[in-house]
Amino acid sequence: MKAVRQALPAALLLLALLGLWEVYVDLKGTTFALAILPSPHLVAKALYTDRSLLWSSFLVTAQEVLLGILVATALGAVLSVAIHFSATLRRATYPLIVASQAVPVVVFAPALAFWLGFGILPKLVVVAVVSFFSIVVATTAGLAAVDPELIKLMRTFDASRMRTFWHVELPSALPAVFTGAKIAVAVSVIGAVFAEYTGSNSGLGYVILVSESQLLAARGVAATVILSVFAIALFGLLGLAERLMLPWAYRPRGDIAT
Amino acid sequence: MVEAPPEEPRELNAADAVHVELVSRTFRTKRGPIQALASMSLHAAPREVVAVVGPSGCGKTTLLELICGLQRPDSGTVRAAPAALMPQRDLLLPWLSAIDNAGLALRARGASRLQARKAAAPWLERFGLERFERTRPAELSGGMRQRVSFLRTLLAGKPVLALDEPFAALDAITRHEMQGWLSHVLTGEPRTVVLITHDVEEAVILGDRVVVMSPRPGRTVAEIDVRLARPRRRTDPTVVEMRERALAALGVRT
Repeated sequence: MKAVRQALPAALLLLALLGLWEVYVDLKGTTFALAILPSPHLVAKALYTDRSLLWSSFLVTAQEVLLGILVATALGAVLSVAIHFSATLRRATYPLIVASQAVPVVVFAPALAFWLGFGILPKLVVVAVVSFFSIVVATTAGLAAVDPELIKLMRTFDASRMRTFWHVELPSALPAVFTGAKIAVAVSVIGAVFAEYTGSNSGLGYVILVSESQLLAARGVAATVILSVFAIALFGLLGLAERLMLPWAYRPRGDIAT
Repeated sequence: MVEAPPEEPRELNAADAVHVELVSRTFRTKRGPIQALASMSLHAAPREVVAVVGPSGCGKTTLLELICGLQRPDSGTVRAAPAALMPQRDLLLPWLSAIDNAGLALRARGASRLQARKAAAPWLERFGLERFERTRPAELSGGMRQRVSFLRTLLAGKPVLALDEPFAALDAITRHEMQGWLSHVLTGEPRTVVLITHDVEEAVILGDRVVVMSPRPGRTVAEIDVRLARPRRRTDPTVVEMRERALAALGVRT
């Protein structure tokens, strides 16, 4: 009951927006609905009639996103640890990492297709590159935010630098890795779509691209709806994984740690 | 190499003393230098509990960090046997159970999880925490957390314990209980203790000697020899009289 009541405001707002959208498109006429912006009921119809195409395309994109985030998290965590130990490395790599976030994916996607072909590999690279930034920034911040008093304490216990890292710094930074991955979810979905735009024959990004040129706007929006739901689900799953793996870091809202 | 924590009261020798001799320490900050300590001297004989009281910001924590070797004095000398710190906040690791937190110092020196647990288990029992071995700090009461934190310091196996306002964050009732508890533990497990506190009564209840510090820059303004039998009662006229003397040295009119 409580969950229903909590979800109610969001559901009502969504319904109201969908209603407005429907009315607006209906007033604009059929051509507008087919070519430019389909009304919600057309999108719903496309979700149903194109379900097998959308499903198989979803599997392709989902695989790219999941593997890409995994690769970015693994590499990002390793680089963050290296940066934590070496200020020189931080100065050397940080500008590049920030720049990697600013470069529009479309610019280097053709080059990636040229080097790596049209398979899953170039998409993985794009997803990994766009997610890398948030993971590295969050993890390095997490490692740097360890209570200095704890480090002092470990020193009075004669702990070596490595043991302090292993027993204190690394565990305290784990929640930050999850935060970085959660932020990465949304950009990684966009990254996968753009990568598919520039060189592929499958995936939801490819569906969106083709639908636009074929006056099947409703199908394109249906693909977008699936992407959004996927991003929300992924975000939720990461939250769940965090709660299961790091129960000590989870505090229900309203519970003040005393 | 991991030394098992001693089961029997440890034999302390003359080398387990703490000598802080005319130490000065100044910190450079953006708003200019701040002198934390000025010609501060403090001595703790082996097995002696020295309680240090002073107004807040008088350099008490700096003094402890000097004793623990975390800082170096600008001038003067610090000669102290190896000291383990018990920080003001309990600073237990939230992802570790009580027993693993207690054994952290052993892990820091390379013991396996199993070895550390083996060493910590009998102590948890002695400290009345055996039912909470696997409980994480968030589910422990404030008093229990301080006991785990103290045990962690004790298991570091250092002859000197540097306690930084260990009970300051506790409510009055728990604080009184913990003071009685610590006094009892130190009777069975004597160590050289430097106890920082802002609570004059706590200093008199727990200390063999009370050192009163001036406001910043900190130095010793008075020393009170307590040497009363334990356990001490707060209402004992001698305790009350010493408490008043310490307050007077702090410049508090009562």
